[in-house]
Amino acid sequence: MNLQNIFNEIEKTDPEIYERLDDRRSVMHRFKNLGGKLALTAIPVALGGMLSKAYGQTPPSDIIAILNFALTLEYLESGFYNTAVGTSGLIDVSEMASFADIQDDENAHVAFLSTTITSLGGTPVAKPEFDFTAGGAFADVFSNYQTFLAVSQTFEDTGVRAYKGQAGGLISNNGVLTAALQIHSVEARHASHVRRVRRLTGADSSEKPWITGNSTNGIGSAVQASYNGEDNTMQLGIDISTLPGINAAIATESFDEPLDMQAVLDIVGPFIK
Amino acid sequence: MKTLKKQGTFSYETSMKRRAFLGYVGATASVVAIAAACKKDGNNGGSNGGIDLGSGDIGILNYAYALEQLEAAFYIQVITTQYSGATSDEISLLTDIRDHEIAHREFFKAALSTSAIPGLEVNFTAIDFSSRDSVLGTAKAFEDLGVSAYNGAGQLLTNPDYLVVAGKIVSVEARHAAYIRDLLSYGSFADSTAVDANGLDLQQPPNAVLMAASPFLTSKLDASHLPTT
Repeated sequence: MNLQNIFNEIEKTDPEIYERLDDRRSVMHRFKNLGGKLALTAIPVALGGMLSKAYGQTPPSDIIAILNFALTLEYLESGFYNTAVGTSGLIDVSEMASFADIQDDENAHVAFLSTTITSLGGTPVAKPEFDFTAGGAFADVFSNYQTFLAVSQTFEDTGVRAYKGQAGGLISNNGVLTAALQIHSVEARHASHVRRVRRLTGADSSEKPWITGNSTNGIGSAVQASYNGEDNTMQLGIDISTLPGINAAIATESFDEPLDMQAVLDIVGPFIK
Repeated sequence: MKTLKKQGTFSYETSMKRRAFLGYVGATASVVAIAAACKKDGNNGGSNGGIDLGSGDIGILNYAYALEQLEAAFYIQVITTQYSGATSDEISLLTDIRDHEIAHREFFKAALSTSAIPGLEVNFTAIDFSSRDSVLGTAKAFEDLGVSAYNGAGQLLTNPDYLVVAGKIVSVEARHAAYIRDLLSYGSFADSTAVDANGLDLQQPPNAVLMAASPFLTSKLDASHLPTT
């Protein structure tokens, strides 16, 4: 990507672009500074952010608030896996590589979101202090493999719902929206694998990689809020369960449901000190 | 039986019979040219005489409907002619996936109503449905393609309700993709062929997705009126 060319093209259609930002020199300088820190894929996000600012398409504060919400969730997940992967004897040897991959992804999400927030002119929230036992509800989360898997599944499934719930709020910023969708589906890949592990280890031998109804798959009431609403079968006014050949279970499995910001904060609240 | 009935609404049933007669060995996938999909200049090019997906949000929903038709037709065949060595666990979950794709297909058909494109003819001659590797390899390609398609199309939608429903579907496709990947190579659910160093999943614009899908579609699609931003 040649940023100079991009700016030249913008300049052709909007000679005042640099007045809308700062001036050409400072804009290029800003990108030059970012270049060292930003991964290539983050540049379109940063560019989109600067242009949104220039043209006033989106109140950046709304976007940054959503990204800081997402960053908080990623801190939760990365902190969780950093401790779990570092706890000897917790994760079955056969799954160590998989959970190390998940750990890497969550740490990458923290870094990516922090960089994006900064590039949009915002300030990344500080990493909270966590209590992964949730006040004792999961007291043996780092000594009992099944408890760890149960919390892992809940975090991943909740993460999917949290990103989905914020998509609408990002619709005005293409770069940020696309990146958020790309994180969202990675969380779904993680969830699928963790659910598979719980099936294979006998936690729930009927558990599927997808969510049926509002079932916690045996984890229980402590995580029910993460699954409430997943039993919805209405999509754009169409009842999926009445479509030819589709039953209620399939109707709920084939569409994952969003959660709004407050519902997610209520769910993760017990895990934050 | 319910799926056989459903097949009747798509001309794909006839073409599958013809292929069963011809057999899979030596069959050549006919490469359908999607002129618009092969352009690299960032616009959608001109009309190519194919089935017009339409413009705006409707165009994107028809694009999704086309992909769901392809996936549903594929899994219907997977379950109808099961590969050798399939475990009951695999058949059970692949049947779920078939039904999810049918639900997606029927949802788009109902939502689009009179704006919906017709049922598409598929071309699966390149797939050996008796081979686990061929079936799961194709399933992996289709699921990853679907994830990349929805991720890339989100920014092309203007109606937030459509964006959310696309989000509801893409995470299910990602669950499928991860499961299929684990079946092929355990632990590859989110490996570096799917997730980059920033922890971001695949995303592609419609042109690239349709070009990848075109060998599996006899029907020709015209994507020239789809939004590009």
